[in-house]
Amino acid sequence: MARTFRVGKGGNTEVVDGVWLATDLLQYTASGLTIGAIYALVAIGYNIIYNVTEIINFAQGEFVMLGGLFAVFFLETLRFPIVAAFFAAVITVGMVGFAMERFVIQRARNASVLSLIIITIAVSILLKGGAMLWWGKDPYALPAFTAGAPIMLGGAAIQLQALWVLAVGALVVILLSLFFQRSLYGKAMLACADNPSAARMVGIRVRQMVLLSFVLSAAIGAAAGVAITPISLMEYDRGALLGLKGFGAAVLGGLGSFYGALVAGLALGLAEAFCAGYLSSGYKDAVALILLLLVLFFKPEGLFGSAEAAKLKRF
Amino acid sequence: MKKTDGVLFAALIGVLGVFPWLALNVAGISHYIEVMIFAGIFSMVCLGLSLLMGYAGQISMAQAAFFGIGAYSSGILTAHFHWDPWLAMPVGALVSALVAWLVGIPALRLKGHYLAMATLGFGVIVHIIFDEEVEWTGGPSGMVDIPGLAIAGWKISSEVQWYYLVWAVTLVMLLFCFHILHSRVGRALRAIHEEEVAAEAMGVPTARYKVQIFVFGAVTAAIAGSFYTHYVTFLCPSSFNLMWSIRFVLMVMVGGMQSLWGAILGTILMTFVGNEWLQVFADFEVLVYGAILLFVALFLPQGLVSIFRREPAVQPEAVKPAGDESL
Repeated sequence: MARTFRVGKGGNTEVVDGVWLATDLLQYTASGLTIGAIYALVAIGYNIIYNVTEIINFAQGEFVMLGGLFAVFFLETLRFPIVAAFFAAVITVGMVGFAMERFVIQRARNASVLSLIIITIAVSILLKGGAMLWWGKDPYALPAFTAGAPIMLGGAAIQLQALWVLAVGALVVILLSLFFQRSLYGKAMLACADNPSAARMVGIRVRQMVLLSFVLSAAIGAAAGVAITPISLMEYDRGALLGLKGFGAAVLGGLGSFYGALVAGLALGLAEAFCAGYLSSGYKDAVALILLLLVLFFKPEGLFGSAEAAKLKRF
Repeated sequence: MKKTDGVLFAALIGVLGVFPWLALNVAGISHYIEVMIFAGIFSMVCLGLSLLMGYAGQISMAQAAFFGIGAYSSGILTAHFHWDPWLAMPVGALVSALVAWLVGIPALRLKGHYLAMATLGFGVIVHIIFDEEVEWTGGPSGMVDIPGLAIAGWKISSEVQWYYLVWAVTLVMLLFCFHILHSRVGRALRAIHEEEVAAEAMGVPTARYKVQIFVFGAVTAAIAGSFYTHYVTFLCPSSFNLMWSIRFVLMVMVGGMQSLWGAILGTILMTFVGNEWLQVFADFEVLVYGAILLFVALFLPQGLVSIFRREPAVQPEAVKPAGDESL
């Protein structure tokens, strides 16, 4: 709720209201960064697949939804401890990504861009329908990774889980950087992104790298899903909107750029949280989408991407 | 209009003409008339989409949004301001055209994935507006008090009357689409679909034609929305959400993107699937839609009409490299 800055008769009221404002700002910033970290992870998922295949995977958001719901399944139904449930969910959704590439995308290698869009949309509604079949329409909750009272910071209450979300985000980014810079597989994937035929000539198995990109991006999406579920719950139909906003972050940061995705994801989360706080909570979902449209219309190469490079890409 | 198209058109008029008589006289299928009314309304939405997807080679995931803009324009103008429905309809179409034009000019510079995402994002924004502007749209609980339609004071009351009205409008639109295809614009669209860069190099203003077809699709969808509003006399934002945009794409895909007949065939078929045959699946119909969409995209990219076509959609001569004749 937006608080108006009332000018009181005594100096006292002003000070109190000033503190209120600062507290609100801090609170919105915290929630913005938390959800922003999720958008950043979704955006990174898009980028991994896009870099290797030039496909935009419209099912990316469903991986996040599946991550959250599978974690609930492992924790509540199979009684796994939370850490095991986290990794079990990430691995399971990684296998969903594997199946998607192996049984669907690989069959459509020669399909047109239009067909590929429709194919990934079809997969996304299949995953959504499957989730509804399994879990029903109710939202599910997860306990926070660590129990405990929220941290009070300058009057704002910051949930411990929010810190976990940021930690998962940071961890994924660090691990991915190491993977792409240090490991052979990571370098091979980057080579496929640069030039698939040249990569094939030096003996890189491009098909395997494509498969790996789907597994990796599904797993990252799932990690984001598990991390956010204790804060915002999870239900079967959340994927589409998460996917769209994550795509907004990917485009805003320049499609294909990991650090761009990170910065843009956080920025998008902040914009959304401030809109919800100061303008209208009903339209908070529209903010990220309007930003997405503005970027697509006026700067499709993204804020950090180069226009020259964007022209060479096949959308 | 080609000769085969003329024959098919006459056949379609014949089949549609006797259908109500058949439905009323065969036991247990009289409600098929109602399904066919919806099929007619959805056909209007899909004709524009078919031109855009099959002929201009562009995908729009916002067709349900334009359908909704037409529907809510009609609903708001007639229920809140007591306009005559026949006056509200062109206003709704005009609003839809204007929005499509504003969105289309920047959006259609984008290609493939970007265009799909842009229209998808736009569609979701429109849906959020329908949900949030409770004062005007009634929000998620819906909008009531919408009047029906009357022609010259004579109220359209029975299902059979609605059926003939809706399909008459749809057939006029179909004729108009054929007219577009065989005009300068239609030839330009085919050129864009085959090879956009070459078309541009030949001096075809590709961007302008793409925007024109996008706007045309928005207008047909809005008119469909108006008929939907006055037929159902109740509006709810969930009839215009992302899933409906996907369903319209599916209707066009199932029949065959590169044929207006495919759009009609696919729409009728998928409306029966959705309104009639899938009712047993209730909520889980979304799984069936996903499966059909995946199957068509993977194994039948030219849709059902490709089964009936003797020659492939693209003439083999057209793809033969020059100089092949010497062999």
